[in-house]
Amino acid sequence: MIVGRVVGEVVCTRKFRTYDAAKLLQVQPLDLQKKDRGLPMTAIDLVDSGPGDEVLICLEGQSAVDAIGLGDNPVDAVILAVIDELKVADA
Amino acid sequence: MNVGRVLGNLVATIKDPNLTGQRILAVEPLDGREPAFFALDSVGAGAGETVLYTTGREASYAFLPDFVPCNAAIVGIVDEIREEKK
Repeated sequence: MIVGRVVGEVVCTRKFRTYDAAKLLQVQPLDLQKKDRGLPMTAIDLVDSGPGDEVLICLEGQSAVDAIGLGDNPVDAVILAVIDELKVADA
Repeated sequence: MNVGRVLGNLVATIKDPNLTGQRILAVEPLDGREPAFFALDSVGAGAGETVLYTTGREASYAFLPDFVPCNAAIVGIVDEIREEKK
């Protein structure tokens, strides 16, 4: 899993049925110092996170599928939590 | 999932029987994270359209209960990508 920041939303009227139940948010992956790391992706939002929120994202498909608990669906990224605080011991 | 654009489609008569009836579309990620690849279409996307796609084994879940061998599937047609920076 990785940390990311919500930077937008993907709006699709025509989409796979599971996606009706949740928002599709654009998330920018971050490193532990909260700097951008890599390219944004789209994740299903299970925890009603909003723009600018720092979130925990599950990237591995099967666990993402299980996380949304709607049976087997074409999902490969899910927002599992909104992060209140991230403490990192300085190396 | 990621966002891409449909560049075209691929027709094959000799293929895995589980692919029968599936539309095989060429997709290019908008952010160029990788070169164009092929994905099966589950929402009726056409060339030029911006689409949402899933990759990996889970892409084949878009076609359940049929088992359709693929590692990328188009699962949405994107109307808009809203940039929201607080």
